[in-house]
Amino acid sequence: MSSAHLLAAVRILAYDGAHNPHAEHLSVGADWAVFLVGAGMILAGAFGVILLRNPVHCALFLVITLFGVALEFINETADFLAAIQIIVYAGAIVILFLFVIMFLGVDRKERIAAEPFKGQRPLAFALGLAVLILILVLTGGITWTTGAHSLSGALLGGPGPNSGHEGDVGLLGQTIYTRFLLPFEMTAALLVIAIVAAVVLARSRHRVAGELSVDEQAAVAQGRPLPGAPEPPAASGGRPTAGSGRRADTEVHR
Amino acid sequence: MKVPADWYLILALILFVLGGVGLLIRRNVLVMFMCVELMLNAANLTFVTFARTLNDLGGQAAVFFVLVVAAAEVVVGLGIIVAIFRRRAEATADDVHILKG
Repeated sequence: MSSAHLLAAVRILAYDGAHNPHAEHLSVGADWAVFLVGAGMILAGAFGVILLRNPVHCALFLVITLFGVALEFINETADFLAAIQIIVYAGAIVILFLFVIMFLGVDRKERIAAEPFKGQRPLAFALGLAVLILILVLTGGITWTTGAHSLSGALLGGPGPNSGHEGDVGLLGQTIYTRFLLPFEMTAALLVIAIVAAVVLARSRHRVAGELSVDEQAAVAQGRPLPGAPEPPAASGGRPTAGSGRRADTEVHR
Repeated sequence: MKVPADWYLILALILFVLGGVGLLIRRNVLVMFMCVELMLNAANLTFVTFARTLNDLGGQAAVFFVLVVAAAEVVVGLGIIVAIFRRRAEATADDVHILKG
């Protein structure tokens, strides 16, 4: 079945469009061609991510996989999701990965042969193969897709009010802002929380100049200890000099 | 005639397993994060496939939310990685066993 499909796809693709009077046959070939190209990109990128030793190369192969997934999205009439897949993943997340790799300077090669646990690598491959075979056995021979149709709104139109709006962004927007309004608001809250958490996690323990109050800035300028700070220990007997005591951990960075 | 849904589901299964294997065999924390992204993308692919097969908008809405949650997860995860790297200049997961009792 599949090889026959493949052969048909190749034969139809080899035709010039002007010579082919059967437009739907051409679309069959185009569907399969897009699927195969996307699948190739996905698998090549995934193998690159898990096998290459340099983290920068892994991030670049991740981009290939994400583009392949976007291709499959387009093939399944999810055009808007394909667009935000590329914008959010390839445009933001992978760039964030690359930023962190460069920022931390960990773009050196990993010793991929080093195994902290004996037999971890063959065990991982065996486990992956077992999961693959298990899911194939569990789902093989029956229909893959069962269940009620169009529970939360029809996607591809049909006789309902959505007819003629195949894969429309407007439909998705209406659904998100009506039926999925609460999850939408929760993801908004999640994003705010994540941003605050990232700032708290990544900020330096020293306060920068902009974080000092007016009194503290005046104190720093005059060389006094900061107001509200505990008195520096007088064990040495001398006066606290600039840069000692509390001021050491509120060092002003510019 | 479109490509049958089975093919997309098998592709998503292979992608998910590859991500899981990568998560198990890699020691670099950043690359492990990328493998988690692979698994999330496999789940997104199944969501979109079922949305098309069942003619249901819920699948595409779910992909939308998964994208947002993945972005938040990456932001917090990379923040944690940066915080860990401040303390120790090691890139592997095995070096971060301070929490071990």
